[in-house]
Amino acid sequence: CQSVCSSVPQFTNSPTMIVLVGLPARGKTYISKKLTRYLNWIGVPTKVFNVGQYRREAVRSYSNFEFFRPDNEEAMKIRKACALSALKDVSAYFTQDHGQVAVFDATNTTRERREVILSFAKEYGYKVFFVESICDDPEIIAENIKQVKLSSPDYVNCDKDEAVADFLKRIECYKVTYVPLDDDCDRNLSYIKIFNVGSRYLVNRVQDHIQSRIVYYLMNIHVTPRTIYLCRHGESDLNLLGRIGGDSGLSSRGNKFAAALGKYIRSQCIPDLKIWTSHMKRTIQTAEAVGVPYEQWKALNEIDAGVCEEMTYEEIQEHYPEEFALRDQDKYRYRYPKGESYEDLVHRLEPVIMELERQENVLVVCHQAVMRCLLAYFLDKSADELPYLKCPLHTVLKLTPVAYGCKVESVFLNVEAVNTHRDRPVVSVNTHAQTHTETGLW
Amino acid sequence: MTNCPTLIVTVGLPARGKTYISKKLTRYLNWIGVPTKEFNVGQYRRECVKIYKSFEFFRPDNEEGLKIRKQCASAALNDVRQYLTEEGGQVAVFDATNTTRERRETIMRFADQNGFKVFFVESVCEDPDVIAENIVQVKLGSPDYRHCNTEQAVEDFMKRIKCYENSYEPLDEVLDRELSFIKIIDVGRRYLVNRVLDHIQSRIVYYLMNIHITPRSIYLCRHGESDLNVKGRIGGDSGLSSRGKAFACCLAKFIHAQDIPDLKVWTSQMKRTIQTAEALGVPYEQWKALNEIDAGVCEELMYEEIQQRHPLEFALRDQDKYRYRYPKGESYEDLVQRLEPVIMELERQENILVICHQAVMRCLLAYFLDKTAEELPYLKCPLHTVLKLTPVAYGCKVESIFLKVEAVNTHRERPEVRNTHTHTGYCSCEFPRPVCAPRCHYMVRACVMEHNGERSSLQPNFLLRNKPSQEMARLVFLHAQDA
Repeated sequence: CQSVCSSVPQFTNSPTMIVLVGLPARGKTYISKKLTRYLNWIGVPTKVFNVGQYRREAVRSYSNFEFFRPDNEEAMKIRKACALSALKDVSAYFTQDHGQVAVFDATNTTRERREVILSFAKEYGYKVFFVESICDDPEIIAENIKQVKLSSPDYVNCDKDEAVADFLKRIECYKVTYVPLDDDCDRNLSYIKIFNVGSRYLVNRVQDHIQSRIVYYLMNIHVTPRTIYLCRHGESDLNLLGRIGGDSGLSSRGNKFAAALGKYIRSQCIPDLKIWTSHMKRTIQTAEAVGVPYEQWKALNEIDAGVCEEMTYEEIQEHYPEEFALRDQDKYRYRYPKGESYEDLVHRLEPVIMELERQENVLVVCHQAVMRCLLAYFLDKSADELPYLKCPLHTVLKLTPVAYGCKVESVFLNVEAVNTHRDRPVVSVNTHAQTHTETGLW
Repeated sequence: MTNCPTLIVTVGLPARGKTYISKKLTRYLNWIGVPTKEFNVGQYRRECVKIYKSFEFFRPDNEEGLKIRKQCASAALNDVRQYLTEEGGQVAVFDATNTTRERRETIMRFADQNGFKVFFVESVCEDPDVIAENIVQVKLGSPDYRHCNTEQAVEDFMKRIKCYENSYEPLDEVLDRELSFIKIIDVGRRYLVNRVLDHIQSRIVYYLMNIHITPRSIYLCRHGESDLNVKGRIGGDSGLSSRGKAFACCLAKFIHAQDIPDLKVWTSQMKRTIQTAEALGVPYEQWKALNEIDAGVCEELMYEEIQQRHPLEFALRDQDKYRYRYPKGESYEDLVQRLEPVIMELERQENILVICHQAVMRCLLAYFLDKTAEELPYLKCPLHTVLKLTPVAYGCKVESIFLKVEAVNTHRERPEVRNTHTHTGYCSCEFPRPVCAPRCHYMVRACVMEHNGERSSLQPNFLLRNKPSQEMARLVFLHAQDA
């Protein structure tokens, strides 16, 4: 009989549409992209459908805010067609591409438009969860416009002041017909209302696990500027021996790196920096050199290589040739016997990511596989790319959230170390080491 | 998780589930390792006014009554202060109606003076069915109504609620916008969440938003007896013995007979639970988080072998079975952390059967039955026995059903403290909590035994041969620098 086997439990059966609601410059696209990134990272296939993009395809060049006037019938027709086209693609994503969640990113500010979406969802058996962003703080809106509107394709030929003036008029066009989700009229809908970037939330009728996780995530993110520093422990004794895993201390170069890290961190003058390490000697010893209190997370421990712990790659190839080959077939899902897979790692790192979202300035001293997982989350890398991300020793990655993504600065601290990176093996058609098993095992 | 202690303050008319929420939240927080205690002002009132006469005590114009109630609230706050400042408490749940702004301001001043964060949990409900069910479940059995019949009790209680209604000032979106709170509306249909300040408040909100009161049953059992069980070996990933297979069939029969609507079945990703579930003939979901505790270097050993090969580890485990972590393995404390998402999802679900393992089942059971970290590793979870848990009133009813297929006994009792020649101590870390890890095995380079002011150094595997006095020797593990 059927059983569902995975590292994470199956969340939902019906596909879910997340429908954004809100005036322009309320962070809808920011939320859409971030939420999508999170859901994909935890293994829920999710895609954003930004209606503004469809509009830009349909109306090749944007003139001005007049396009958005509620009495502009021509434009209304085009805008409605774009929404319907996006809905069609949502359907295709669910049925043909095996998507699980579709994020419908548009203003959706009228009851009428939301009714269209609800009918569509009902017809196809999709669940609907609304995410409304309400904000009346002029400073937040101004900052928003600066961060993401000025550089929009719509304003590519305008100067700053023109763009801002036009955009504010655009917002006014929507205000006239904006009907927020209503506590009474919409009491049977499932939704979360976010007020003023998270100081308050109203949550109505959460239906299932995935909606509960989405609410939890949305309630933990913030937009306060901050920096996340990711690095590995200093070079360890086992690193020098070319052995994986284990729990050895730092080599002398590793100790040098730790001292250099301390210097670097101090030079960055980071206010209220939190430092996190794993429970393994090498990260703890590294953090010790920085000289500030640090918190140890077991969840940050390196991937458990099970029977292959403390072996060299050559030894693994010798003693476990089949395992070695299988791993190269699907490095993300491959689980070491009595050990873990990258997929397992992501699952155990989820609370770390949630807490990283809550925090402000943080330095995470961790391990190669762990750092790849965290990096994949911040830089929106797929499960396919994740196990091959380059995270060399003695290099700090400085991540700064900006616009819809993350700026990355790579800082090598000038202490040499061994290279522990294995590139994705080249797929060859006729090889001796051909295995007969399928990919995507567990 | 948090530095300042947190004071959770419930708000709401009688029969809105405040005590239910308080007790459940307290149970959850303690289980995940946050020392929490509830302070029910009604209890203080019952101590003070030995005999409850009628709702008249609660009339807003009953000055004598008001004086007593105010004193009780103060006494409770005093105990809160003691718990949070002197007894190592992290969270205190102040369970009372707290329906007036004035009362809430008193509490906030108190919290401010003492450096406590305040988080309000308000329960608002106007559904008469829910309120009636509430009264039936927990009010009729209250000490207040010991001598009344059902009708009298209900009538009096409804009048009691009325006494509060006139002066009730719910938390207001505008007036109280600077406060941190969650308003739970109609038993969770809707929530208003304002100004969540920190991690623990965020976790509390997430928890409160996942619990429900729909009646349901949770069935917990272990896999059928496994081949390794029969050999007396721990851990591993073996299949079922023939008796184990017989159990799986009996389990299928039992579940069928229970006729449970929409039953979900969960297993771990280990053979023995999966094979057990297969016999049921219904779809099941596998959770890696439900895998048995990882015994690290002791995997697949017998207890006698462990005692032989790793005598210090064996002794240390008996000292503090909850926090002890097998080398390259896990502790019960680690297990609880990895089971937390399972518990969260169990709260969301309705009827469910969880087929798991001994240590895992102990952790889940401890959550449902509010057992301490001390008791948890010694809870009895025998093979071939299903525990049926049914939430009732403020707790859980437990039925234990042995499915009549014999199996080995895998339970080890808590060892008695003996004064013998071979003695070991426990480690106390020098780093202050919460910064340090529960057990810094990997940092051990040298141990120093301190006894009667004298210090001598030992190798980590040294077993004390000389009996120190009644007190246990205290081994101080030093976090060494380079070798």
